[in-house]
Amino acid sequence: MTLIDLANPTRFLTLTARILPWLAAATAILLLVGLYQAAMAPDDYQQGSTVKIMFVHVPNAWLAMFVWGVMSLAALGTLVWRHPLADVAAKAAAPIGAAFTFLALVTGSLWGRPMWGTYWEWDARLTSVLIMFLMYLGLIALWRAVEDPSRAARAAAILTLVGALNLPIIKFSVDWWNTLHQPASVLRMGGPSLDRAFLIPLLVMAVAFSLLFVTLHLAAMRNEILRRRVRRLQMMQAGRRSA
Amino acid sequence: MTALAALIRRDIKIALRVGGGALIGVLFFLTVVVLMPFAVGPDLALLTRLGPAILWLGALLASLLTLDRLFMADHEDGSLDLIVMSRTPLELTCAAKALAHWLAAGLPLILATPVLGLLLNLDATATSAVALTLLAGTPALTFTGMIGAALAVTLHRGGLLLAVLVLPLSIPVLIFGVAASQAAISGPLSFGTPFSILCALSLVSLVIGPFAAAASLRHGLD
Repeated sequence: MTLIDLANPTRFLTLTARILPWLAAATAILLLVGLYQAAMAPDDYQQGSTVKIMFVHVPNAWLAMFVWGVMSLAALGTLVWRHPLADVAAKAAAPIGAAFTFLALVTGSLWGRPMWGTYWEWDARLTSVLIMFLMYLGLIALWRAVEDPSRAARAAAILTLVGALNLPIIKFSVDWWNTLHQPASVLRMGGPSLDRAFLIPLLVMAVAFSLLFVTLHLAAMRNEILRRRVRRLQMMQAGRRSA
Repeated sequence: MTALAALIRRDIKIALRVGGGALIGVLFFLTVVVLMPFAVGPDLALLTRLGPAILWLGALLASLLTLDRLFMADHEDGSLDLIVMSRTPLELTCAAKALAHWLAAGLPLILATPVLGLLLNLDATATSAVALTLLAGTPALTFTGMIGAALAVTLHRGGLLLAVLVLPLSIPVLIFGVAASQAAISGPLSFGTPFSILCALSLVSLVIGPFAAAASLRHGLD
C-alpha cells in the first residue's frame, strides 16, 4: 500500500470508511484519559490550578503548526508529484488548522489573563501565531475565491509553501526576542524541564489531539471528494438538460 | 542579459508615462501621511514619536496599492504570455520586472520621505534613518508582494484578496523597519541589529519571490 494506490478516490473512500471508526474511538479514549490525567494533575506552586489550561493550550498550538506542515507536504504533492488527492488534503486541512490556531489563541489569552494580568500582549510568539491565523484565513479566502478547484489548488500550494517559511520564525521567535512568553520548555537541549506529573498528561493530550486531527482530516477529505462528485453530477445533469 | 535590460527599461517607461500609475503611489503615500494628524491630533511631539511608524505604514500601503499593476497590465494586453513563453528563464524575468517596479514605484516613495518627515516634525537624523530603512526594506515588500501579484493575475482576482494574502507576509519587514528607525532616533538598542535583519529579509525575499512568482505564473497561465 503506497501513496500511489490512494490516488484512486474510490479506493481512498473504502479504506477511510474502514479505519475512521477505529480512529474516532482511539481519539475519544485518549482524550478521556488525557483529560482525566490533566484534571488529576497537581496544582502548580506558582500558577495554582490555572496551569491546567496548558493541557489544552499547548496541544492546540502544536497542532496549529503541525497542520501547516501537513498542508506544505500536500502542496508539494500538488506541485511536484501531481497527486490527485493532494489538493483535497490541503483544502480539507486549512479550516481545521485555522480552528486549532484560533483555539490556541483563545486558551492562551484566557491563561494570560490570570498569569500576566492581560488578555493580550504584543509579544513575539503571540503575534506570530496571530499572523499564522490570518494566513490560514487568507488561504481559506483564496480557496473560496476561485471556482475551479485545480486552479485554486496550485495557487494555494504556492502560498502554503511561502507561508511555511513562517514556521521557523514562530518556533525561534521566543529565543530571538525573549519577552513575556516563557521560552520553550519541552523540546529543548538537555531534556524537558517540565515535571513528570505535568509532562505525561501533556504528551497524552498531544497524541490525542493529533489523532483528533487525523480523524477530522480524513473525514473532511471524504466530504470534499463526495462534494466534488455531487458537483460534477449536477454539472452533467445541467449540461444534459440544456443540450 | 540584453533581454532583461530591455524589459527593465520598458517597464520603467510604461510605469512613468501616461496610464502607468507608478507615481500615484507617491500621491497616496502623501495623502495617508497627511490624514494621520487629523486622526491623532496636531500634537507635534506625538507626531514626532509616531513619525517613523506612520511613514513605514504609508510606504507599505502605497507599495501594496501599486502591486496590482505588476502583472495585470501585461496580462491584459497579452505580453505576459509572450514573456512566459520566451527563452529567458521566467525566474529572471520576474526578478527584472520586480526590480523595474521597485525603481519606478518604490524609489519615489523613499525620495518623498524627507518632505513627509518635515510634516511629521522629524529631525534630519530621524528622517534619514527612516529613508535608509525604507531603502533597505521596500525591496522585500516588492519581492514578496510579487508572489501575491502573480497569484492574483492567474486567478483573475486582484484588490482585496491580494492585500489579504500579501500583508501578513510583510509584517516582519514592518517590525524590523520601524525597530531600526526607532533605534536610530532614540535608542537604547543599536541600529545595526534590526537593520541587518531588515537587509537579510530583503535578500531572502529577493531569492524566494522570483521563484514563487514564476512557479505561480507557470502553473496558473494555461
